[in-house]
Amino acid sequence: MIGRHRHLLSLEAYSREDILQILDLAVTMKEVLSRPVKKVPSLRGKSVVNLFFETSTRTRSSFEIAAKILSADALNWTASGSSVSKGETLLDTARNLEAMRPDVLVVRHAAGGAPSFLARHVACSVVSAGDGAHEHPTQGLLDTFTLREKLGTLEGKIVAIVGDISHSRVARSDLHAMTKLGARVRFCGPPTMIPKGAEALGATVHHELREAVNGADAVIMLRIQHERIGDPLIPNTREYSKFWGLNVRKTNEWLKPDAVILHPGPINRGVELSSDVADGPHSLILDQVQNGVAVRMAVLYLLCGGSGESARAKEGLTP
Amino acid sequence: MSSSHSAVLVIQGGRVIDPANGVDGVRSVVVRDGRIAEVSERVETPRDARVLDARGRWVTPGFVDLHVHLREPGHEYKETVETGSRSAAAGGFTSVCAMPNTVPANDNASVTELMLARAAGAGLARVYPLGCITRGRKGEELAEYGELKAAGCVAVTDDGSPVASAAVMRRALEYARAFGLPVAVHEEDLLLVGKGVMNEGATATRLGLNGNPAQAEEVMVVRDVALAELTGGRLHICHLSAAGSVRAVREAKRRGLPVTAEASPHHLTLTEEDVAASDYDTDMKMNPPLRSAADVRAVQEGLADGTIDAIATDHAPHAVEDKKVEFDAAANGIIGLETAFPVVAELCRRGVISEKRLVEALTSGPCRCFSLPGGTLSVGAPADVAVVDPNAEWVVDPERLHSRSRNTPWKGRRLRGRVTHTVLGGRVVHEWSPR
Repeated sequence: MIGRHRHLLSLEAYSREDILQILDLAVTMKEVLSRPVKKVPSLRGKSVVNLFFETSTRTRSSFEIAAKILSADALNWTASGSSVSKGETLLDTARNLEAMRPDVLVVRHAAGGAPSFLARHVACSVVSAGDGAHEHPTQGLLDTFTLREKLGTLEGKIVAIVGDISHSRVARSDLHAMTKLGARVRFCGPPTMIPKGAEALGATVHHELREAVNGADAVIMLRIQHERIGDPLIPNTREYSKFWGLNVRKTNEWLKPDAVILHPGPINRGVELSSDVADGPHSLILDQVQNGVAVRMAVLYLLCGGSGESARAKEGLTP
Repeated sequence: MSSSHSAVLVIQGGRVIDPANGVDGVRSVVVRDGRIAEVSERVETPRDARVLDARGRWVTPGFVDLHVHLREPGHEYKETVETGSRSAAAGGFTSVCAMPNTVPANDNASVTELMLARAAGAGLARVYPLGCITRGRKGEELAEYGELKAAGCVAVTDDGSPVASAAVMRRALEYARAFGLPVAVHEEDLLLVGKGVMNEGATATRLGLNGNPAQAEEVMVVRDVALAELTGGRLHICHLSAAGSVRAVREAKRRGLPVTAEASPHHLTLTEEDVAASDYDTDMKMNPPLRSAADVRAVQEGLADGTIDAIATDHAPHAVEDKKVEFDAAANGIIGLETAFPVVAELCRRGVISEKRLVEALTSGPCRCFSLPGGTLSVGAPADVAVVDPNAEWVVDPERLHSRSRNTPWKGRRLRGRVTHTVLGGRVVHEWSPR
């Protein structure tokens, strides 16, 4: 359990305390990752099924390795070459997997709300690994963890999220988690990429990159998906890059010297981020990947019945 | 049901609300040989008459629904003419207009005749089929309106498949004039809707669902009002959901154009917030989608001021397997016949519309839109009557509804107002008593 929650479906539904419980435990989990023997017995005998209806390498691998470090068994089930192509419904697929008695079902699906739908109909815990343009809660947690680690706190910090906010589940999860921890969030992108009612969610909206990153402590650059070009949300990547991409010149002139840059990956080098910025001193992109494992370990651990305290005291997670 | 075949039925002492005849007061209604024989404060009750005690209840003309999907032929697993008629009777509806999105589509007399034969066999409601605007509802060639009308169709519509071409729509409105048929339209610019599955706005943004903007409806309403002006054809706008559409219809009527409109109980009472509050319940998914609170207020005002002529349920049965899927993949629509009265009666209690206006929008209002008989308790008219207890409270249990399908957003909700008797041509076809 995380607070009163048996599932992790959205960060909107989580309280500040729920989020802090995960982040605090993730600090302990991250320490495990730095040990020479990266294995603890905490979830021995538990099983985690990754049920991915959209392609993913990073997130699926991250959940898989998180489960394995905790000694849980992890099974990967992808939609291609599966019964989905034979017309099986989402619910039937999930129920069949559930019959194998996993403790946690990690679900990624193209339809917003699909994990909530499954959570209503299966007995095990459900963790969303991204649903449509709704939320990607573990990404929101790992981004928040990364910022807290670097900045000390989110309280009073300014975070600019730049890109296709309309189609971004990362932007929504980041917004919910970061505002709950006291940050102010700005959304930035061309008006075609800013969804209706973004302000009602608690963000301020900017169409000029310079204005959005001015004074920001962190800038999160979102991936521009090529299919949005014909949509048509933008004329082409060249024009997007010119107005909403970050290069070294803009970074040096517009960002605070100590500002950090995040990207949920995979990067389109030369579109939203130039290579020298992605690999430069402001970038925390690889920290995010490592923190993703720690955060997912914490989530799986808590949902499989552990509590933050017992993790440290009994399960030998501290040296 | 033997008692229901008595030659004389007296519905005694109820509050008769018959807006078409300007009646609102305690009266008794005498039904003889299937027709209204007398409506007055004191009536003589023949010895062999069946007496129905209506004290404390409303006695109104049987309700008329301009927009019902009976699913037969083609989707009998969702509903049939018989189960849909039974559902209509249970909701107080004595006349229902059957939409043509059947399989095959009702674009020719043989489908119309099949629907009417099934309806006659069931004998639970008067079924008025609507024919297609275009063959196969494809938006290209006009259907045979003359033949459809002769077979029994009362209007034409490509419901659910908006006529994208303004040129085709223009010809439809023109050609339908030859037969006096209204052209009923589901207004939606499909390119503007894109992949939208709920109203575009902050709630859709929060839920991460693709938005369908209210303006996708409004632009088509505006277009078709202009085409009605061009052609002089009778235009009927189905299930208005957006404030801009209400404005466009109000303006069209002010200018004297032959435009009528309907609104559904759900667009009058539910909002996009209900999608969020229900955690993506697919019984909150319909087309047009549930709109913003401001749109709902505008639709209510349109009903109150007469811009909207009729309350129509858009009764759209779907089987469990059509609905028990992720929100994006779920079928659009909800069943509505059996919950319509209590849901819209709530608007009277909230002071949005008068009781007279409510009954009008369920009876004579819809009849005028499609020139249907009925909708009144005039002496000599067929005795189609609804008796309702405006205060009876009940909890909606989908398993106990009469439709073949269960897809109602009001499941588990306590509603106030219940149809206790439905009389069709003098026969009691539905009876309910509280336990």
